[in-house]
Amino acid sequence: MKFLCSLFALLALAGPAAAEDLRPLGKLLLTGGVTSVEGAGGGGLASWATITGYATRDGVGGNVHATGIALPDYQFRAYGASAGLFDRVEVSYTRQDFDTQGAGAKLGLGRGFTFHQDVVGVKVRVAGDAVYDQDRWLPQIAVGAQYKNAAKAGVIGFLGGQDDDGIDYYVAATRVLLDQSLVLSGTVRATKANQTGLLGFGGPGGKDDYTLQFEGSAGMLLSKRLLVGAEYRAKPNNLGLKESDWIDLFAAYAVNKHLSVTAAYVDLGTIATFKGQRGLYLSLQAGF
Amino acid sequence: MFQAILMAAALAAAAPENPSLTHPGEEAVDPYTQSNANAAATPFAGQAMWTAFHGQAGVARVVDDLVDRSLADPRIREIFEAHDMVRLRRMLKEQFCYILNGGCDYTGRDMTAVHKDLGVQNTDFNILVEHLQAAMDHEKIPFRDQNRFLAKLAPMQRQAVER
Repeated sequence: MKFLCSLFALLALAGPAAAEDLRPLGKLLLTGGVTSVEGAGGGGLASWATITGYATRDGVGGNVHATGIALPDYQFRAYGASAGLFDRVEVSYTRQDFDTQGAGAKLGLGRGFTFHQDVVGVKVRVAGDAVYDQDRWLPQIAVGAQYKNAAKAGVIGFLGGQDDDGIDYYVAATRVLLDQSLVLSGTVRATKANQTGLLGFGGPGGKDDYTLQFEGSAGMLLSKRLLVGAEYRAKPNNLGLKESDWIDLFAAYAVNKHLSVTAAYVDLGTIATFKGQRGLYLSLQAGF
Repeated sequence: MFQAILMAAALAAAAPENPSLTHPGEEAVDPYTQSNANAAATPFAGQAMWTAFHGQAGVARVVDDLVDRSLADPRIREIFEAHDMVRLRRMLKEQFCYILNGGCDYTGRDMTAVHKDLGVQNTDFNILVEHLQAAMDHEKIPFRDQNRFLAKLAPMQRQAVER
């Protein structure tokens, strides 16, 4: 968080001097992606190789987002900010709340017990261009890391987690197939996180190894403003609580380059023994 | 007879190197080798795309609309100023017609040559794409066909963008 604040401060300082050289809003509509639950530019549940915001290599872009998922037994909320620098580097911070509502009482945590997590992310585009390289097979490729701190060592230890903080590493490949009006993205993530980290890292019996998990999105552009599709996210099952892979059906709509709305039907499966966690995902993103 | 000789002399004076490169109302250009390869894209097969763009008349409207919108846009107007817009319109129509398999040859220069020293930035390239999308919308070209066409043009970013 401190790092991100300093970065924004630095950008603000650099602003007046460099403003005439920086050009905002250069990307085409929707090609900056939306903001995923962990704050990275991407779809809803999956991180993509795209760099967030509407700046091309000529400028700097940024976003704030607020996301909520209403589930039968829980409520998930996330909010944060991200910046895309010269279509090369992305930095992000997101705060996640996971409200256990009535389930908290049944789990012995207390009614409305809320897990929190801070996620600080960085992503670097290393090769390719998802939009321009229509004549090449190479997709846009980015590598990223997400530091996650759940800061609930007591409860996480009680559930069997080894740590309340950890780092995910990922490689993402994203491709816009313009001649098919398709957007495809796949990411391999090395992670120890339980429920993306909200329930800590690792599991009982000293289980503390990274596993590779896949997450991906496939969408179709129905207009310049509207992308509809589906996502899948595999997750490890470290805690032995039958943690499920996630899926969603989403529609992302760009009102303009400053505002986009993503709505999805998500199936998060079993979370901490409570089955059938399906519900509505809604995310608002504002930025430039 | 005398008039014909005078006219031939005038033409020769205007473009001593290669008379076929001059065109009414256009400025002379330095000689270059003509080739469809200069269009920097392979044409579509079949007539579906040409039909989707409403043939010669539709492509002409799209190109004229694209150039008009670009000239009216203070963000990119400067790039076009001091250049031959008559030739630009004709060359774009040829290039689009060639790519859409409308039976034209592209007689213009290659994409690196025509963008040389224009100082086109990535942002400028995308602004032009947005004007093209608006022009295609105005011509009521289906969105999926617009994207199929843009897929042919997108790689030209590498030759067009200099900085």
